[in-house]
Amino acid sequence: MADAVSVSKGQKEKASLLSKIMKQRETGVFLVLVLLCVVMGFASPYFWKPQNIFNILRNMSTIGIISIGMTMIIITAGIDLSVGSMVGATGMVTARLMYMGMNPLLAVVLGFAFGFFLGAVNGLMITRVKIPPFIATLGMMSVARGLTYFFATGIKGAVASNIPLANSAVGFMGGGYIGPIPFPVIEMVVLVLVFQWFLSNTVTGRQIYAVGSNAEAARLSGVNSDRIQIFVYTLTGGFCAMSGIISAGLLSTAATNAGTGTEMDVIAAVVIGGASLSGGEGSIRGAVVGAAIMAVIKNAFVLLHLPAFVQTITLGVVVVLAVASDGLRKKGQPGK
Amino acid sequence: MSSQKTILKLQGISKRYGGLQALDNVSLDIRSHEVHALVGENGAGKSTLINILGGIVPRDSGTVVFHDKEVVFNKAQEAIDAGIAIIHQELSMLPTLNIIENIYMGRMVSSFGKINWKIMEEMAREQMARIGLEIDPYSLVQDLTASQRQMVEIAKALSIDASLIVMDEPNSSLSEVDSEKLFKVIESLKKDGMSILYVSHKMEEVLRISDRITAFRDGTYVDTVNTEESSVNDVIQMMVGRDLEREHIHRTVSEETILEVSELCSSRFQDISFKLKKGEILGFSGLVGSGRSEVARAIFGADSFDSGSVLLENEDVRFQSPQQAIRSGVAMVAEDRKVQSLFLKQPIHFNMSMAQLPGLARKQVVKNDRVNALVQKYKEKLNIKMDDSDDPVNSLSGGNQQKTILGRWLATSPKVLILDEPTHGVDIMAKAEIYKLIHELANEGVSIILISSEMPEIIAMSDRVIVMHEGRITGDLKEDEITEEKIMTCAAGMLSYV
Repeated sequence: MADAVSVSKGQKEKASLLSKIMKQRETGVFLVLVLLCVVMGFASPYFWKPQNIFNILRNMSTIGIISIGMTMIIITAGIDLSVGSMVGATGMVTARLMYMGMNPLLAVVLGFAFGFFLGAVNGLMITRVKIPPFIATLGMMSVARGLTYFFATGIKGAVASNIPLANSAVGFMGGGYIGPIPFPVIEMVVLVLVFQWFLSNTVTGRQIYAVGSNAEAARLSGVNSDRIQIFVYTLTGGFCAMSGIISAGLLSTAATNAGTGTEMDVIAAVVIGGASLSGGEGSIRGAVVGAAIMAVIKNAFVLLHLPAFVQTITLGVVVVLAVASDGLRKKGQPGK
Repeated sequence: MSSQKTILKLQGISKRYGGLQALDNVSLDIRSHEVHALVGENGAGKSTLINILGGIVPRDSGTVVFHDKEVVFNKAQEAIDAGIAIIHQELSMLPTLNIIENIYMGRMVSSFGKINWKIMEEMAREQMARIGLEIDPYSLVQDLTASQRQMVEIAKALSIDASLIVMDEPNSSLSEVDSEKLFKVIESLKKDGMSILYVSHKMEEVLRISDRITAFRDGTYVDTVNTEESSVNDVIQMMVGRDLEREHIHRTVSEETILEVSELCSSRFQDISFKLKKGEILGFSGLVGSGRSEVARAIFGADSFDSGSVLLENEDVRFQSPQQAIRSGVAMVAEDRKVQSLFLKQPIHFNMSMAQLPGLARKQVVKNDRVNALVQKYKEKLNIKMDDSDDPVNSLSGGNQQKTILGRWLATSPKVLILDEPTHGVDIMAKAEIYKLIHELANEGVSIILISSEMPEIIAMSDRVIVMHEGRITGDLKEDEITEEKIMTCAAGMLSYV
């Protein structure tokens, strides 16, 4: 008898765990990704080839890495429009320093430092000068892009030129492989796992949610919300540097237009993944799945030889549908 | 004044919000050429009556007769059309638009979709002249002073040909000079044949401006008197009425001073000095806006103050942030649960653990077993009814939400616990439990500052009561002095017991 009771209790717990998983917003997004992959498997025999899968993963790696930082920023009810420009600027600084003959390791370290610096400036503008995140990072978007041109061409600002990446070890960060797996994919997966854990298990991680849920309540509960905000913007600058070096490595050259438009892809990935722009909600898991959905759609249009404009339209529709379906899902829940 | 006739007659009005009887069978009549004051403590039902009159909430029973016709207002617009204008305490204006637009919004005169500014300006000037408001009608409302904004609201009321203007606490944000202006305008409106229902709990004003005074208490009608024949004490007596027996629980409070505040000053309060003993329950009373919460926030480091000192266990502390206060053993349950305390969409455990989070972690990593132990402890101690601590906190009732917040602060093991309206919006059962908890905490040696607008709460719970009026301490009452009448007198700024 006792056994039967405990079994039924176990089943109940299992059932409630299942219903909890089903209720999570990431689950729906993940199912969409699976469905998309299944459909693509039928539509193109090439889709499931390992080479194609790794291609998709490599193409989403820069978006995926930046979306880690963007998720945290959006959870604090902020936004960062400057990520694309920071990708360009940090990649360019690293390439320029190496081009000038600097030790590659030092150049990479300085590239990261520059990313952290730009991110910290964003954070300081927002917390100390009280500029709304949208405006502060809009300004940074332009300044960082300008700096990219400056590092590419020098003070005279002659014809904008790309700078070749002079070191193969640095190039490996973006273009290398470990066995069949592209190295940036490994970097992305490691960072996603580490920061997903960080966000849900550390004091700072939970305080990030607190700041975005209710800034005043967070402050009265002893959360230093300025510190939290500076932290997430600075960290995002670092992720941008990582992506900047990856994309320079991938192309073996730092391009002045590297990262252009990336901010929109990243924000779209985070939002598809279930984050709310009003703050307090979102997860890195979800954002990465969102990035994957976008990468699969882009890949599908290449494989199926569809015109580029259809792809652009589809991506737009997907973002809007993701948010709309989330609104409907919430409406269906009691007590909201 | 025999020419006066009754223009509004309310009879047997009742209104229930969930478990709370906000109005119980109340009646009121207002005559033409009359300023009629409605007085009562917080929760007496004044606001509910205004909302019923203005068609904002429906009544459960009773009749409203306006100009000899029985009326039922289902929408705010219907009340306006009938000629009742309500000026709410929190003025509802469009700050980025100009005066003309604010007066005539929704009724702009236009031809082919283009606003006829010339006619509009003339119409606005005419209304403004009636109340002596001499400013450019194109000024933006956000650039006006509090007094000017109020005048714009009155001009708006005049523009709809209202015969009854309801003013809800019109003086709460006005300076003395501006109040004088308002009184003059009210006088002249009265001469023009209008009726004014003046809702306030400021004695001086009410006695000065009104013709008759009606008092409500706990949602019931008490009496209506002629102002000429009444004194301050009569009015207070009407509002208070009941004799609240103070439960004399003989609590021995230690002599050890835990918190000493001296001459604290800021723009919101002046010269605040008091001592808080170990294990003492110190009540803070006074009207809303008297500066009680502001003093608490300054002590807690949530707001800054200009001068004065705060000594915690004889150590000079001037907390720059709540974080510092929490670390030193001061906790504060803030006034507005939804706005200042809750993370509504987050799980219950998240809400309960936030203030103590660093203490629940090892090397920055939050230990979930410690969080769960904390939740379990306060779930039992505070009798919080919840299913699963992973559920969002907004799935709980108001009382259980408040207990969750109490749990958050008890988890920090405070020496000084500030409770700002701890039982606001919670049911009777939860209220009783919170009172019991406060006593238990005090007996364990926690010093408590209890800020409350509810008189019975202050009287029953406090060992000592400090009363504030317009940013100053006007009363420091002990033992037998703690009576509703004395507190009300101090809160109204009529007398000082310092």
